[in-house]
Amino acid sequence: MAYVPLADRDHEMELHHPHTWIGKWVFCQDHKVIAIQYGSIAIFTGLVGLVLSLLFRMQLGFPETADFIDPSFYYQAVTMHGMIMVIYLLTALFLGGFGNYLIPLMCGARDMVFPFMNMLSVWVFLVSVIILMASFFVTGGPTGGGWTLYPPQTTLAGTPGHDMGIVLMLISLAVFIVATTMGGLNYVVTVLQYRCRGLTLMRLPLAVWGIFVATILALFAFPALLVAAIMMLFDLLLGTSFFMPAIIESGTPLDHNGGSPILFQHLFWFFGHPEVYIVALPAFGLVSDVLSVHARKNIFGYRMMVWAIIAIGGLSFVVWAHHMYVSGMHPYFGFFFATTTLIIAVPTAIKVYNWILTLWEGDIRLNAPMYFAIGFIFTFIHGGLTGLFLGNVVIDLPLSDTYFVVAHFHMVMGVSPVLVVFAAIYHWYPKMSGRMYHEGMAKLHFWCTFLGTYAIYLPMHYLGFLGVPRRYYALGSTDFLPASAQDLNTTITIAALFVGASQLLFLINIIWSLRSGPKAGPNPWGAASLEWQTPDTPPVHGNWGDSLPTVYRWAYDYSVPGAHQDFIPQNTPESEEPTVDAEHFDPDTDGSKADV
Amino acid sequence: MSFFKTITTKPWEKKGVIGGLDPEGAINAPNEKVALSVFLVVISVVFSLFTVGYFLRMELPDWQPLSEPGQLWFNTGLLVLSSVLFQWARNIVNSESSKHLTAAFIGGGFFAIFFITGQLVIWSNLQDAGYYMTSNPANAFYYLMTGVHAVHLLGGLWVWSKSSIKLLSGSEAKSLKLSVELCTLYWHFLLIVWIVLFAILSNT
Ligand code: HEM
Ligand SMILES: [Cu+2]
Repeated sequence: MAYVPLADRDHEMELHHPHTWIGKWVFCQDHKVIAIQYGSIAIFTGLVGLVLSLLFRMQLGFPETADFIDPSFYYQAVTMHGMIMVIYLLTALFLGGFGNYLIPLMCGARDMVFPFMNMLSVWVFLVSVIILMASFFVTGGPTGGGWTLYPPQTTLAGTPGHDMGIVLMLISLAVFIVATTMGGLNYVVTVLQYRCRGLTLMRLPLAVWGIFVATILALFAFPALLVAAIMMLFDLLLGTSFFMPAIIESGTPLDHNGGSPILFQHLFWFFGHPEVYIVALPAFGLVSDVLSVHARKNIFGYRMMVWAIIAIGGLSFVVWAHHMYVSGMHPYFGFFFATTTLIIAVPTAIKVYNWILTLWEGDIRLNAPMYFAIGFIFTFIHGGLTGLFLGNVVIDLPLSDTYFVVAHFHMVMGVSPVLVVFAAIYHWYPKMSGRMYHEGMAKLHFWCTFLGTYAIYLPMHYLGFLGVPRRYYALGSTDFLPASAQDLNTTITIAALFVGASQLLFLINIIWSLRSGPKAGPNPWGAASLEWQTPDTPPVHGNWGDSLPTVYRWAYDYSVPGAHQDFIPQNTPESEEPTVDAEHFDPDTDGSKADV
Repeated sequence: MSFFKTITTKPWEKKGVIGGLDPEGAINAPNEKVALSVFLVVISVVFSLFTVGYFLRMELPDWQPLSEPGQLWFNTGLLVLSSVLFQWARNIVNSESSKHLTAAFIGGGFFAIFFITGQLVIWSNLQDAGYYMTSNPANAFYYLMTGVHAVHLLGGLWVWSKSSIKLLSGSEAKSLKLSVELCTLYWHFLLIVWIVLFAILSNT
């Protein structure tokens, strides 16, 4: 194709420049502002989820000390905690927050393809959060049916929030799905269509790959939740019997008849399992970039990392029934799902090996983001291995619905992605704010979080082996449990309170550093990917000044022999930075080290 | 470049600019069309899941098949006409002309409105005949699936009405080319969805 000056492509994008404060911070179409709005709403909601978890942990660790935590409140807190963390915190933060911030910058674009729809997305997300929070204030309170919302239990009188709470929850989820779909279409089309000149798909940083594939999963998995929510709303409000079987409640038969609760479980988990990878894949992508930058090495096995992301994404749609082994299924059906579940461990393990091999012989800089990234490798291996146990039907049957499952999914889906969230926030903080966070405080935050969460979740595996069931308000007089189970529970609660409190270190650090952190400069880590090459830090609306960048290489040219720095930005032409063939490279005549 | 070939290239080997102004892998179509296509896949997933739910629920003993009224054939005809008119409008804008564009485009939308009205008439007839949503899951699915389909048409009509206003207030045909094209694509898609739904509903 003939050379066409880049500026020509720019006319595609009409930037809408706001002039008022409201235009700039409220109704703003700049992807970076939207990212921060998405992220702040998500983190705020996440704090509510965190407080709820501390409250129900109080009940478990110190039964009956806080008397406002009655069984109803306990179930409501557990339910809202789960849903908030999975959907409103992690999904929104990874896709809406990091997706919005990083995709256009890493793709060398001025903004998302549809900035207006992007703005709409964050507002609709806010509406979904408001509806969710409203359920705390309606009669009966929020739903207490567990985050999986299984009917008929969620809708029966014995369950708290069976009247308004569950309705608001379902509506909030439906609204959330509208928001994610609007955002998701944007991310997918932006990655496909708005990459700058020379930026092939295989030159994209893995962060973009992870978010891109996770977005596709979200677009195809959330419809299952939407369908389930709509049908459940019909059952609740219009008296149909899609999911509701015939039920006799305190002697009176209810109006429902013949529905299939298992149908709901299938729909829920057809969404629910991909959902865990909607959270995991962006985390995989982000952590890959953090590891590579701070190890001053290219990511090991880039292509395999991309293939693994795609393979995991595809496979995640055919494993859902491993959450339903105990629902009673045909043995061959269980066999099929156990097999696919164990197969998904292969690409996952490849990714883990590649992270470790990226560290191997790297010139590792132990900055705070690197602490969190390495911590992630530990917790993720840990949680992944327990997944392998649970994937086998016979092992799962006794462990299902015990604390072993709670430990498993908190290691893989709670702690691991959250460590990546912190790694990523610290890593990109200098770009987003133009300032440096406080390194010592960040490291302290790491140790409190990493060791603290281990103190919480490691003992839970043992509780699970003992047979302690999940979602129980009190253990009661259960003969098969030794009294020490309660001691363990108390220990866990103390650790949880400690971890919860230590998150203040994070909040104080990032808020304080916004004003008082030292100025960071455009590229403090010496990173090669495009977002660090913007003309302004923090990048201004439009990102790239007069002309869009051109990309000449992949995002991982670190420690290239012969180069005059230990990284080569993606937009450095090959003429300015000749790449020496490593085999014919003589380190003695290499002048590169001198000017670093 | 095929997907497989793309993901097997070794990005660390080749330096320099690859591809033209738009990099390799970008789709040669307007962004709106790419977004709409992805969205159509999303909607297909929604309808497929309803269909799967339908077949699974059908297995259970309380299912009593609903015999669909013959008026559905008439309604289907209306929706086909709607699509035909949209296709005509599309052909007009593609041939850079604007003759009959208003008639074709606006007429297409009106036939979709007639279709929805027809669906509502059937709903109320079914109600009068005692086929309530609560009396049987087959009835419930009938209302649910036809309703969800109609809601999607309404969404399309919203976009259609915005373009129609522009058309009537004298916008050039050229400036509406993309809208007309996207509406047509969406209408054909919803026609196919309807035909599949109709086939499933009336054969079970
Ligand atoms: C090696 C890969 C993995 C395998 C084989 C695996 C297997 C399983 C199985 C069989 C269960 C069901 C346990 C039960 O309810 O009895 C389960 C639960 C769960 N897994 Fe995994 N898992 C893996 C990785 C992951 C990852 C990466 C995440 C998230 C990022 C995750 C999140 C969850 C969640 C949230 C649940 C519990 C849902 C609930 O019941 O509330 N898993 N896993
Ligand atoms: Cu799963």
